Amino acid sequence: MSETTSPTPTPTPTSTAGGSGQESLPPRRRRVDSEWVRRNGVYVALAVLVVLNVAFTDNFVSEGTLRLQLVQVVPVVVVALGMALVIGTEGIDLSVGAVMALAAALIPLYVGYGAVAAVAMGLVAGLVSGVIAGVLVARVGVQPIVATLGLMVAGRGVANLMGGEIKSIREPGIVALGTGSVVGVPYVVLIAAAVALVTWFLVKRSTYGRQLVAIGGNVRAARLSGLPVRRVLVTTYVICGLLAALAGVLLAARSQASDPTKLGLLMELSAITAVVVGGTPLSGGQVRIVGTVAGALLMQLITATLIFHNIPDSTAQITQAVIVVGAVYVQLGRRKA
Amino acid sequence: MTSTPPATTAGTVDGAVSGSGSPTGARVARVVQRQGALVILVAVMLIASLAFDTFGSRGNLTGIAMQSSFLAVVSLGMTFVIMTGGIDLSVGSVFALGGVLAAWGSQYGALAALLLPLVICGLIGLVQGLLVARAGLPAFIVTLAGLLFARGLLLLISNEGSTTYKVPQGSGFLELARGELLGIKYPVWIVLVLFLIAGLVLHRTSYGSTVLAIGGQEDAADLMGLPVQRTKVVTYVLSAVLAGFGGAMIASYTASGVTILGVGMELDAIAAVVLGGTLLTGGAGTILGTLVGVLLLQVIKNVINQVGSLDSDWQAVVSGTILLVVVTVQRYLTRVERS
Repeated sequence: MSETTSPTPTPTPTSTAGGSGQESLPPRRRRVDSEWVRRNGVYVALAVLVVLNVAFTDNFVSEGTLRLQLVQVVPVVVVALGMALVIGTEGIDLSVGAVMALAAALIPLYVGYGAVAAVAMGLVAGLVSGVIAGVLVARVGVQPIVATLGLMVAGRGVANLMGGEIKSIREPGIVALGTGSVVGVPYVVLIAAAVALVTWFLVKRSTYGRQLVAIGGNVRAARLSGLPVRRVLVTTYVICGLLAALAGVLLAARSQASDPTKLGLLMELSAITAVVVGGTPLSGGQVRIVGTVAGALLMQLITATLIFHNIPDSTAQITQAVIVVGAVYVQLGRRKA
Repeated sequence: MTSTPPATTAGTVDGAVSGSGSPTGARVARVVQRQGALVILVAVMLIASLAFDTFGSRGNLTGIAMQSSFLAVVSLGMTFVIMTGGIDLSVGSVFALGGVLAAWGSQYGALAALLLPLVICGLIGLVQGLLVARAGLPAFIVTLAGLLFARGLLLLISNEGSTTYKVPQGSGFLELARGELLGIKYPVWIVLVLFLIAGLVLHRTSYGSTVLAIGGQEDAADLMGLPVQRTKVVTYVLSAVLAGFGGAMIASYTASGVTILGVGMELDAIAAVVLGGTLLTGGAGTILGTLVGVLLLQVIKNVINQVGSLDSDWQAVVSGTILLVVVTVQRYLTRVERS
């Protein structure tokens, strides 16, 4: 499809035949190499960026840098994994950032009952939000983008109402969760790794995962073949909500504060970018867990690299924009609509 | 991203067809679905004017109209994009960029202040449109990148956001948002004129019918020989130009290029369009509905400000809830209408 742009654009009758892309399946399809790029591009880009950083960034190869990068990428990874599942069903979840804020806002309120209770309340917020989104999408039939947009706006408002201004968190259990480590590996990184592992297992090895992919590939076919479409959809949004809440809890624990107005802002965009850059098509029917983690790492490393070299915000954002478009351009192959 | 069966859009593109021979219940359902936001708007305004003396005052109402005008201009472009089945997440950033460009350009005269944002923002829209229509990339991702790009460009020309350009005093550009005609500020007139033109364009031009045809069924529109790609490109250019123009209006209103504006505005615009009854699946919708949607959001904001004891965060909660309720009701009514 990309070739149509190179010659002078011809909006004349010829363009109607092969023009706007996906419906003209038969001819042009150099799938072989582009398919490889789509599958592995994110790893190649990640490797190249690591090598470049090792070569050109001072102090890049140090335990401190490595740990900082990993800790910083944790919230994006956790949220992106849930987002990958939702995108696998051909959905989208814009509410994740608000859910993070909500979960974090609840911690200072319930911390009096102990760390476990506070964390549990945070996760309950994610559960509730996930159920609402899931029911709206699966039962009512609202489009995912609208349903989760409403939740995003309302959720951020609720977080602000409940949480108020920035509150610091001093509870030792939660502080330990955010800053502690085992043999040098921070807890939060271990948790993210565990989440990735479980999600991978869910997608690749469980009935639920197969059903999810089937639904994302073709809802009607899935419904006609008797798959529990609604249940799987609700479950998926619940998982996404829970993971977003977990990310909010981890982020609050790490920064030992909850700031409902700022926390998780624009997270939905970072997560979607990580998922898409990682090779999961927005058109559903496919979930790439390892790719998603790599996508999150890549975006984090890009940001970090730009910061290491004192690239101003403006250039950083423009660079990210170009990278996102470039990454998706490469993956054109699997586009549906 | 459409998980709904295509029948939804196909059925509502042409109201006359789906309505023929249907019982009254379905007809009522259709009217409510189309005008639901208007019903809520009227109800809220009635209650508000009874509950608060200040609400119905001339000053307050013109204030609402003025405040709505910026979002209205942006939402107008969004309406066309959504009608084609697309989405434009970049409008908030493009809006802010337009404002900064206008304020920066105002030192070279009023014309530069007006044209600069239109041209630059139009170019951003052109690139987005080409990427969506010709390269076939998902609109969601392209305009997401556009959101970052426009914000980055804004930071670049404002020294990382540290410089706020001021519109020189006495500049003719200030008239754009501050001038009055018959006691009503120009932006309100501009919005009325733009929506009138947009309505005519949608219903009386081939561009308009192509927009709806693409949203209804892109393949079919393509096979019929409609200029699908060109129409989509034009639509994204239109959206960006309108967003940039909205930014220019606010730059004129505030006499400066505020760099932090427009964050989250794309969501307000989408909400307004959806509230107005335009289906996100594309293919159906009304221009007037969007205006109603914008007003509804703005009136809610105003009412919540009137209730002094309520936190402004309530506005977000109420807006979000209303959005969810309206789309839920719309879904049920669409079902009633079809059965």
